[in-house]
Amino acid sequence: MQDMSYKLPDANGHFGPYGGIFVAETLMPALAQLREAYAEAQADPAFLAEFTSELKHYVGRPSPIYHAKRWSSLLGGAQIYLKREDLNHTGAHKINNCIGQALLARRMGKKRVIAETGAGQHGVATATIAARYGMECVVYMGSEDIRRQAANVYRMKLLGAKVVPVESGSKTLKDALNEAMRDWVTNVADTYYIIGTVAGPHPYPMMVRDFQSVIGEECIEQMPEMIHRQPDAVIACVGGGSNAIGIFYPYIQFSEVKLIGVEAAGLGVETGKHSASLTAGSPGVLHGNRTYLLQDENGQIIETHSISAGLDYPGVGPEHAWLKDIGRAEYVTITDDEALKAFHDLCHLEGIIPALESSHALAYAAKLAPTLPVGQVLLVNLSGRGDKDMHTVAEKSGIVF
Amino acid sequence: MSRIKATFASLELAGRRALIPFITAGDPNPDQTLPLMRALVAGGADIIELGVPFSDPMADGPTIQRASERALLHGVSLRNVLAMVAAFRQENAKTPVVLMGYANPVEAYGLDGFARDAETAGVDGVLIVDYPPEECAEYAHTLKDAGLDPIFLLAPTSSARRFEQVASLGSGYIYYVSLTGVTGAGHLDLEDVASRIPQIRAKVGMPVGVGFGIRDAASAVRIASVADAVVIGSRIIEEIESSPEGEAPARVQTFLSSIRAAMDATTVVNAPQ
Repeated sequence: MQDMSYKLPDANGHFGPYGGIFVAETLMPALAQLREAYAEAQADPAFLAEFTSELKHYVGRPSPIYHAKRWSSLLGGAQIYLKREDLNHTGAHKINNCIGQALLARRMGKKRVIAETGAGQHGVATATIAARYGMECVVYMGSEDIRRQAANVYRMKLLGAKVVPVESGSKTLKDALNEAMRDWVTNVADTYYIIGTVAGPHPYPMMVRDFQSVIGEECIEQMPEMIHRQPDAVIACVGGGSNAIGIFYPYIQFSEVKLIGVEAAGLGVETGKHSASLTAGSPGVLHGNRTYLLQDENGQIIETHSISAGLDYPGVGPEHAWLKDIGRAEYVTITDDEALKAFHDLCHLEGIIPALESSHALAYAAKLAPTLPVGQVLLVNLSGRGDKDMHTVAEKSGIVF
Repeated sequence: MSRIKATFASLELAGRRALIPFITAGDPNPDQTLPLMRALVAGGADIIELGVPFSDPMADGPTIQRASERALLHGVSLRNVLAMVAAFRQENAKTPVVLMGYANPVEAYGLDGFARDAETAGVDGVLIVDYPPEECAEYAHTLKDAGLDPIFLLAPTSSARRFEQVASLGSGYIYYVSLTGVTGAGHLDLEDVASRIPQIRAKVGMPVGVGFGIRDAASAVRIASVADAVVIGSRIIEEIESSPEGEAPARVQTFLSSIRAAMDATTVVNAPQ
């Protein structure tokens, strides 16, 4: 059944009560300029053709879907299929959005791009595309994340980007975002801010979703070729939520396909050391939009925890907040330990090293599959590869290299 | 007549321009806020802008962010800030206090309760940095119904339509951000300010204060020659930051007095027409 009635956001960037534009007056003109430029680009076949061509020849799209047969049969129950975003150039889904936004930046005549990054995947993707298009690139990264993700920091430097450590607040992704926003408001004339997730003020949540929807659009073509129908459920991890919205969005109209977002429960939601904004948070305003936030009773944003730096964010994309409220998507949680087990299982059983972020989605699929009949199909977005996480996983397992 | 309106009216009669210093409530610690507010009044403040600390002050530069972080180390909440204003009102019924901060602490408090409690505490106006007019009609009306002035920002890049929105939703005064950037940034384009202020004043029918980039007597005097009010923030926070413990109020008063003296020496000559 296809339900074509979902058309969001509205003209002001609202998804129901969520989203919108909550920024200081100094940023309003830059956002208006961005909205106009994006609307023009979207209507320009040449822009879309170049985007598609870059995805094909530079990223290597379409990414395949792989049937994890051994793992599925060992779990006993539903069959697990993996959308292999880990095979993209730079190793994650982040590059899809970076190409779209960098093409837009070039079209707008901006010679300098900036980005925030948590795990470093978005920073690497931005540095990559800046090198490809000959743009100056500055990446803001929390100093705590720099420590956790040394390999990605070095990759960004190799690609010619300047990595600026952020020492304020909790020294993680949210603080990097604050700092990038400050750079943008100061250098708005020549600078384009490539936000890496479906957060921020309108039009970012919409634009990033549009560029990432290629993931779900491909699945809608690929699944019938493999199983002659669409999957029963689509599962993706949710930090800010860009890989999840990328695979969910084209499936929203397929009302029989369940959409399941997996948040990071860290040490356990009950311990308070987690990043599960939709599960344990409440609505508020942060980083330019209204959405579910992890905050204290005074409205201060609280520090989050997850073994995966990419999920370590106290907010979530506003469209996920809306999909949760209307019940179109379901949001669940997976702890650090559960994610680690799925990480190791996929290594051993399928020969695929997944990112710790994606391991949260895998872990939920592993939990769900045995409860379902063998004929059911779960499609998991394997959003990135785990090379960047070697250090974290080794440390957790007590191994030094 | 609201305290803010009365303040601007009497300043105009006297041919003087308003001096509006900013401090963050609870910085360097909650016990210092009341002495600092007294020092600002003694140093010549006409209105006090009191920052409500927030964990993610996206529109502020490093100086005000550090002030926020110091206050948050002491657990200063919006409720505590209202209590500080109430204490100030016990001894000062005249100087308007404007709260300046971000949307989330106000939303967490609850808009209706906030408007009521702020009015009771003796707050006069509220400026929420990340509430542009299109997102906050309800907020502005709730504040006005409670007798508070919703104060809005305008920037060099603001459109004519924005002037109209701000004129219809806002009251008290306009805070004109004199440059694109975050608080505490260095440069100030006086020519732009001089050409913009009369347009804004004519369109919105409110006094216009100018802030961002005002660091000394010379820049304050230049701004005072074209605007109705001069707002100084980061420079005062720096004074607090560099003061030995307990000396911040005296140092802030000395600094502000020098600005006040310079402004008065010039603006009397250039009294408004």
